[in-house]
Amino acid sequence: MLNVAILGSGNIGIDLLCKVIKSKTLSCKLVVGRNLKSNGLVFARKKGFNVSSKGIDAIIESKENIDLVFDATSAKDHIAHWAILKKNNISVIDMTPSKIGCPIVPTINLDDALVNKNINMISCGGQSSIPLIYTVRKILGNHIQYIELVSSIASISAGPATRINIDEYVTNTASAIKEFSGNKVNKVILILNPAEPPINMQTTLSFLLKDNNINLDSLTRNLHITVDRIKEYLPGYDLAFEPKIIEKRLVIMIKIVGNGDYLPKFSGNLDIINASAIKVAEHIASSKI
Amino acid sequence: MKKIIIHDTTLRDGNHAISHQLSANSIEKYCKIAEKAGIPVIEVGHGNGLGASSLQVGFSKCTDKKMLTIARKVLNKTKLAVHVMPGFATIKDDLTKAIDIGVDIVRVGTHCTEANISKNFIEFSKKNGPKVYGALMMSHMVDKKELLKQAKIFQEYGASGVSIFDSAGNYITEDVKSRVSYLVKNLSIDVGFHAHNNLGLAIANSITAIESGATIIDSSIKGFGAGAGNAQLEVLVAVLQRMKYQTGIDLYSVLDASELAMNNFIEQSPSINSSAVISGLTGVFSGFNKHIEKVAKVYDVDSRKIYAYLGKEKVIGGQEDKIVEAANWVKNNEKSTKTKTK
Repeated sequence: MLNVAILGSGNIGIDLLCKVIKSKTLSCKLVVGRNLKSNGLVFARKKGFNVSSKGIDAIIESKENIDLVFDATSAKDHIAHWAILKKNNISVIDMTPSKIGCPIVPTINLDDALVNKNINMISCGGQSSIPLIYTVRKILGNHIQYIELVSSIASISAGPATRINIDEYVTNTASAIKEFSGNKVNKVILILNPAEPPINMQTTLSFLLKDNNINLDSLTRNLHITVDRIKEYLPGYDLAFEPKIIEKRLVIMIKIVGNGDYLPKFSGNLDIINASAIKVAEHIASSKI
Repeated sequence: MKKIIIHDTTLRDGNHAISHQLSANSIEKYCKIAEKAGIPVIEVGHGNGLGASSLQVGFSKCTDKKMLTIARKVLNKTKLAVHVMPGFATIKDDLTKAIDIGVDIVRVGTHCTEANISKNFIEFSKKNGPKVYGALMMSHMVDKKELLKQAKIFQEYGASGVSIFDSAGNYITEDVKSRVSYLVKNLSIDVGFHAHNNLGLAIANSITAIESGATIIDSSIKGFGAGAGNAQLEVLVAVLQRMKYQTGIDLYSVLDASELAMNNFIEQSPSINSSAVISGLTGVFSGFNKHIEKVAKVYDVDSRKIYAYLGKEKVIGGQEDKIVEAANWVKNNEKSTKTKTK
């Protein structure tokens, strides 16, 4: 068992807690927030977990031998947290857009989690798209001139931090796509849709190709293999329809329905990043056995 | 009587009508004649604003930099404006460049319920010089109370005014009257209106907005804008002249501008075709028009069914990728109905 603590008792933190509860290899020792009366900490305590409102100090002072911390606070706070965790030799999976850790996408570089003490989960758009971009890139290689990612999410699934720093999401996602695909020219767009009932997360990937002379059937088969691997940690992840070529544009559309653990099912954008983080933590746990 | 500011969107909204292929030369010519006519503000750029050139909404012929530089060179008394949507553009990559070129006005547009994604954009623009306005797009999708709540967010962030956009051309005059007068009554900043002509009401709605207290009115020469087009600028100027409103614009010069535009970059005067009517009724974003035409052809389906699907799904501006999904749905649905009838 890997002993974990959750830092941050907002929606992300508490959804992570629910996922840790379901995990056979992770054991939550502490949930830390800022206010003992907050919904998150009340929920965690009711579920029988140790809670604290003392921030990062609570983790350092804990006698529970914590191996790994999920940091679900903010990019700014994470920088301070990391300085302390590093000194105390505790690993961290960073859910914030701080960009200081090693970016990991479970279907691509899971083993990097075994040699890095600070792991960054990029962004929801990154976790939903990069596995497929990587697959397309492997098969079509230099056929690709340009990559574009458009994500539409339900308005109520975008919290105040995302709203104020919408540029941070766009920039981080674009640079992660660049890093994982090696393709320099890309664009990222985020749309917040307020429709009721809330929409499921939808991500559309477009590739501008040099020509449309490609084997779409074989590409589609490979994409389904990648989708099945993602389904192992997020069952509600799927292609909205089979990939399509319109003129020189390859279109791949993804729909993500969340697990509904703590967050509602429509917030697949939050679920994919959490499910990916749990997958990473379980991989670390399995290496320790 | 209060002075009305005509905000000319020909070189921005009009770009939708020609799939963002406006040339630097056309921008230069139109800006020159618009300046001469005394048009107070010209908005220039990709139809979806700064940084929007993309597969999703269409690549533009000229970069933002090229379009704005040429307009800046020509414009003197007429103010140069840009439209910018957080989520499409970023401050670092797009807004900074526009401000460096010297735009006078930045209009930050968000969907009508999402004003609070504009904070950094507004504060950054204000700090660096330009006057800032807010734009609530697809405003027909919410009631006047929600619109006021969102407009107040722009006001709080420091915008000098807020315009409500009838992006789908869905309003009838009653809608405009109740919304605009409610905003004017409850805001301390200027209120504006942006019309689309899907139901043939662009001029009527603009006049209603003015009579309800709006002071900034968007319009385009020949109505050159997305879908059925905007309020036709030269007609609006003529009507306002008859109604004795001050615009500072010379009617004969804008009529000349209209001819110049026709001979230069307006491939086809906007018209209310059948898909424009359905688009207005179903409340689908006007900028979708060209994309829907193209996708309907690829899938060989009735474009009106695509509009109906998108309207039902409450799709908003920027979700052009949903058009492919809609066409796919229409196609599959037709197939299954055909099989059933067999």
